[in-house]
Amino acid sequence: MPVIRIPTPLRPHAGGLDSVETTGASVREVLDKLGEKFPEIRDRVLDGGELRRFVNIYVNNEDIRYLDDLDTPVADRDEVSIIPAVAGG
Amino acid sequence: MYQHMVRGLKCRLCGKRYPKEPLNFCTEDFGPLEVEYDYEAVAQSMSKDAIRNRPRTIWRYRELLPIDGEPTVGLHVGGTPLIRADRLARALGVSELYIKNDAVNHPTLSFKDRVVAVALSKAVEFGFETVGCASTGNLAGSVAANAAAAGLNAYVLIPDNLEQGKVLGASIYGAKVIAIKGNYDHVNRLCSQIAFRFGWGFVNVNLRPFYAEGSKSMGFEIAEDLGWRAPDHVVAPMAGGSLIGKLHKAFVEFAQLGLIDAPIRTRMFGAQATGCNPISNTVKLNANKVRPVRDPQTIAKSLAIGDPADGFFASKLIRETGGWSEDVDDDEIIDAMLLLGETEGIFTETAGGVTVAVARKLIEQGKIDRDGSTVLCITGNGLKTQEALIDKIAKPVVIPPDLAAFEALVEAAAPDLAAVAV
Repeated sequence: MPVIRIPTPLRPHAGGLDSVETTGASVREVLDKLGEKFPEIRDRVLDGGELRRFVNIYVNNEDIRYLDDLDTPVADRDEVSIIPAVAGG
Repeated sequence: MYQHMVRGLKCRLCGKRYPKEPLNFCTEDFGPLEVEYDYEAVAQSMSKDAIRNRPRTIWRYRELLPIDGEPTVGLHVGGTPLIRADRLARALGVSELYIKNDAVNHPTLSFKDRVVAVALSKAVEFGFETVGCASTGNLAGSVAANAAAAGLNAYVLIPDNLEQGKVLGASIYGAKVIAIKGNYDHVNRLCSQIAFRFGWGFVNVNLRPFYAEGSKSMGFEIAEDLGWRAPDHVVAPMAGGSLIGKLHKAFVEFAQLGLIDAPIRTRMFGAQATGCNPISNTVKLNANKVRPVRDPQTIAKSLAIGDPADGFFASKLIRETGGWSEDVDDDEIIDAMLLLGETEGIFTETAGGVTVAVARKLIEQGKIDRDGSTVLCITGNGLKTQEALIDKIAKPVVIPPDLAAFEALVEAAAPDLAAVAV
């Protein structure tokens, strides 16, 4: 199953977990599945079905904006990381 | 004694307030957190006279820098010269031009010493013993040096393709320098994960709201050194896009305190390299979203951030102030580095070449008025990026230690000088 990595400051909204196993064949599906378990996480990542401006999603080590955005396929044992975008510079 | 001047942190998107804590994003919507001040309290202790009586460092503006106690790191940072650049002005065809020269900032010769002084002073207040950063080079050196002087452990993470001077300039201070296979955006993502996992103080991750405020000191100095006024135009290099916003914020805060005239009409101009132009591209296309650049390719490595955290706010500010943004290629960057050296005797790194070259382009386009006052922000030192120039400049002429040989040389190069020799 794909694994979603939760950023530390959001773990209180994911039952304290740093990663959550879930199902789904695309990033969108994986996030929807995560949302069934932890709706507070989903609402923070997505706004009206779109990714919020200041959050990035990586499948393994690739930013999904360079792939197929939320439709990027996710395979079994892929790692999906939710990473805050306001860092660096 | 300054504790009450900083209220806490506030999300730039939803306005949610947070206490002073090492956190860079809003846990509701991932929006950037920004320091919130009590400007009434600031106004009570910050006046022109109070500022004039303090040492010429960033800490002369300390009410507007977000630490609670006395600064403990980077006590000598800032106070760099604002130079009236008449020879460069003539070359570019403008009447009133200034260079803000952070190529000679203390201790590591870049504007990053400003942000690091604030971030590490705050790190000490938070009780961090290990600090770190994701860097394109200048920040690495500054974190390493200032952490060493403060007795903090430092981890600096850099892309594995940086200039030797930047790598050496970080390693010399005993920091753990880790090169990541990949570009800056890979480094940055990893640091976002490291900072919270290990509970360290990463200056541009969890300490970022405090860190970024340090850049305002550059704007404060510009306004004070112009005789307490804001310039008509500022040209600033953009990597993550934070500096340009903080320069403008500095003018707005000074105006709010009555130290300079309100309203601020300064037009902000952002400079990027064509090989990594996500922000200038956003401005030119009038886009609402910043499209990241996956594989930045430019000799201006210190600006090679393909996915700039403040790209959205930088492009918005540029539009709102009536400014513009341009980008320049490697040859234009080198030409501009040489021009600055030959007209003003200032050796800047490649990023400074970007700033000067973009200024030249914007002046030629008529985007910058030739009659207004213009400040170019030179943020780094050329000695750190020698690779970019080494094959582009004349090698020394070699002659024997012999008067006749020298006379022959002058005769060939400048016959009129040779004729007047006695």
